[in-house]
Amino acid sequence: MASAMPLELRPDDHVRGPEDGELIVVYADFTCPFCAVAHVRLGERRPPVRRVFRHLALKARQPRAVAVARAAEAAARQGAFWAFHDAVYADQGHVDDPHLWALAERLGLDVDRFEADRRSEAVAARVEAQTREAILAGATTTPAFFRAGRPDPGLYHELVRSEKKNAPARNEGGPERLNI
Amino acid sequence: MSGLIRPGAPAPEISLATHEGPRFTEADLLGRTTVLVFYPSAFSPVCSDQLQIYDEVGDEFARRGAALYGVSTDSTWTQRAFVEHLRVSIPQLSDFEPKGATSRRLGAYLESAGTTNRAIVVFGPDAVVRWSHLAASPAELPGANLILDALDAASS
Repeated sequence: MASAMPLELRPDDHVRGPEDGELIVVYADFTCPFCAVAHVRLGERRPPVRRVFRHLALKARQPRAVAVARAAEAAARQGAFWAFHDAVYADQGHVDDPHLWALAERLGLDVDRFEADRRSEAVAARVEAQTREAILAGATTTPAFFRAGRPDPGLYHELVRSEKKNAPARNEGGPERLNI
Repeated sequence: MSGLIRPGAPAPEISLATHEGPRFTEADLLGRTTVLVFYPSAFSPVCSDQLQIYDEVGDEFARRGAALYGVSTDSTWTQRAFVEHLRVSIPQLSDFEPKGATSRRLGAYLESAGTTNRAIVVFGPDAVVRWSHLAASPAELPGANLILDALDAASS
């Protein structure tokens, strides 16, 4: 079967949150606005969750999706994955190369090494492999959530609803687009 | 119950334009497994994601001996621009004129929108339908895993 669910925590995963928190695997794109919302809401979730970030970066959805995913992996090689992650989601409008170099510098990274790493085959292979595994597990949009090893397509709306439970109803968008 | 063609049915008359010239007909189904991916509209968001997602795992279709095509009522020129924009390699078949004729015969036409519906039909090498799937709504994108699972089931 193609629908494998190999979505347990791995030694090389980017993971944050308490060890006893519920494990949520997020396949996401750094240029996707819904992923930015999910990042914030997951951070606010109580009790705190243990979350894993993996890449689902399609080459033509957003022009910079793959480039930023690779840059995040380059930052990870200097121990700065989550700092890079948080900075990009806080400012998705600045993800061109000069912005990434400036961010690397701001995070105290070796920018030359960052530059070499983000263009390396190993980094490209990691981003591509995670994108493929997400698709083979049934992901069709970002963010794609997996809980207890299974897809949880409803979690995005659960996260957004929890933010808006006291707000007037309105069309809030979401990963399932209403158009075609 | 959808009107989409069902497993066990032989291929009806198929005539779809290709950008390269020769039309794709039911005779082209013979000898290998074929996956026809009907999508509503080139350049629309869900259709763009759909072709990219399937293209990312294109080798998985090839490994199963299946040829996958995108089908829409867009012209071949539009389809060509679409795949170039997406940088995907999925061949395209156009049901542009007479508009939707083949899609209607397969039950894969969305009358209310005047476009191909979001549907998938898998033919075996004998041109008989092995699996078909109509999305619950045109906005719903069927995962690549559904098609790959169907191909695995058809060959087991």
